Amino acid sequence: MINIKEKTIAYFVLILGAVIAIYPLFSIVNLSLTSKSNNSKVQNEFLGFYLGNYVEAWQRGAFNHAMLSSLLVSSCVVLLTLFCAILAGYAFALMQVPFAKTILVLLLFGLVMPYEGVVISLYEMMSSLHLLNTYWALILPQVALSMPFAVLWLRTFFSTVPKSIIESASLDGANRIQSLRFILIPLAKSAIGTLATLLFLFTWNEFLLALVLIPSNTSIQTVPLSLSFFAGNRRNSEPPVTAAAAVLVALPVLIAYLFLQRRLIRGIISGAVKE
Amino acid sequence: MSLKKLMWRFRYAEWSSLLFIAPAISLFSIFVVYPIFQTIWLSFWKWDRISPGVWVGLDNYKKVLSNPEIYSAFSHSLVFVLFYSLIPIAVGLLITLLLLRVKIRGESFFRAILFLPQIISTVVVAISWRWIYAADGPINALLAKFGAEKITTAWLGNFDTSLIAVGIIGTWINYGLAMILFLSGAQRISQDLLDADRIDGANMRQEFRYILIPSIKGEISIVLIITLTFALRNFDIVWNATQGGPGNSTNVPSLFIYKSAFVNRYVGEAAATSFLLAIVILTVTGLLLLARRESHD
Repeated sequence: MINIKEKTIAYFVLILGAVIAIYPLFSIVNLSLTSKSNNSKVQNEFLGFYLGNYVEAWQRGAFNHAMLSSLLVSSCVVLLTLFCAILAGYAFALMQVPFAKTILVLLLFGLVMPYEGVVISLYEMMSSLHLLNTYWALILPQVALSMPFAVLWLRTFFSTVPKSIIESASLDGANRIQSLRFILIPLAKSAIGTLATLLFLFTWNEFLLALVLIPSNTSIQTVPLSLSFFAGNRRNSEPPVTAAAAVLVALPVLIAYLFLQRRLIRGIISGAVKE
Repeated sequence: MSLKKLMWRFRYAEWSSLLFIAPAISLFSIFVVYPIFQTIWLSFWKWDRISPGVWVGLDNYKKVLSNPEIYSAFSHSLVFVLFYSLIPIAVGLLITLLLLRVKIRGESFFRAILFLPQIISTVVVAISWRWIYAADGPINALLAKFGAEKITTAWLGNFDTSLIAVGIIGTWINYGLAMILFLSGAQRISQDLLDADRIDGANMRQEFRYILIPSIKGEISIVLIITLTFALRNFDIVWNATQGGPGNSTNVPSLFIYKSAFVNRYVGEAAATSFLLAIVILTVTGLLLLARRESHD
């Protein structure tokens, strides 16, 4: 019942949407490859592209430090959050937790509460603990702020596991920890994978917390923060160099996305419908 | 809750489960719940982190609520709600309606590209749009090509255009998300239903109202919640695109909070503002969640 006209319009709209989505990225890649002056063009050319802006951005921005920081912080946040959230998600899904309802409502509050509501106090807390400008100042709050999402996500998943599977495990003499470790976690592998990817992305991209909690230690600043300072610094204000820095910084995430996108998006769609 | 029920709960509660939730809940309590109360507590003090604080009661709230800057910041938030949330949802719905009967080839390819704006760091997003909007950037080049040099401007630096320009960045970030979720929801609608409907002579408007909207209600409310909270918080994009300027033309509550807490050191006022912002966001999302639950039952 579909005519050609309808089909053409549909694809036209989809392609337009895709082009718009990709255009800003395309335009900074394009900008980053233009040379400021023609005489420097000869030195840094690769397959006809001018790469001098990348060299300059990498040297001046010290993004290798930032990337290591981001990698460290994000990995710690993912691992810690997963560990805590798997245990808690399991308990909320399959055990009679006292006051479960109250605690879940509290977590739901935490899920929608804006970071702006806690960031001032977190600054005071970290400064009185002398943790400002350390990795901990970023990792601990980020774990706590990710917890509601992670716990609710895993609880939803664990409660869809058929009860019969868990019961047969306990008949075989498996205790709680064993049934979690050998039955539920393997079953939840893909849900946990999607969750881990999301948590990693959230942490990698988090800006406000980093800006407030590691304001003045450039050696541990995360990628978004150091890029923001780099772009705001007048000395680096030649747009092509800033563009090159932005592309450099986006690259690892884009490469990872290339491999993970299919599963990630499928996971998000099914997660969004279930919640 | 009746006493009997409470006793029953008490007896059958598995106290060992507390060990399972302890790590998650203690971290959550220390770094989220406690800071919330601390923020409220701070909002009753006049304090600049240097001289000792003075208890001022509700003065900070009075000060904040009589500050015209706050009202302009919240009114900018309303504009951002339109651009970050309502327009992306409208675009997503319209496109889904157009694609209702079409079996899309290469769907996962389109999905991957449309989701891209969600995964890129907001700082990178802001930097690329700063270039797109720049005086010598692509938009103005395009306008000049079509002989419209007259309307070229530095879009983010112009008082008249900056707010809308920042809003469009939000539209760009969110429309793909809306499209992906709506399109996947619409796949639950059976083609038979659509065909029967068309034989009965339903037009697109009726299809929209009676078939599309009811079948993707869940997706709509999820997208609404995600994008609304994004619009109301919205710190990163504004900070990295305009820092609230020119003047205060793109200032938003979260920026106001950051500046008063960490630049001007009006800690109490900042705390009061962040409490107000949290209340606004919690109310909006609370109402949406409630509406969602009602429609589920």
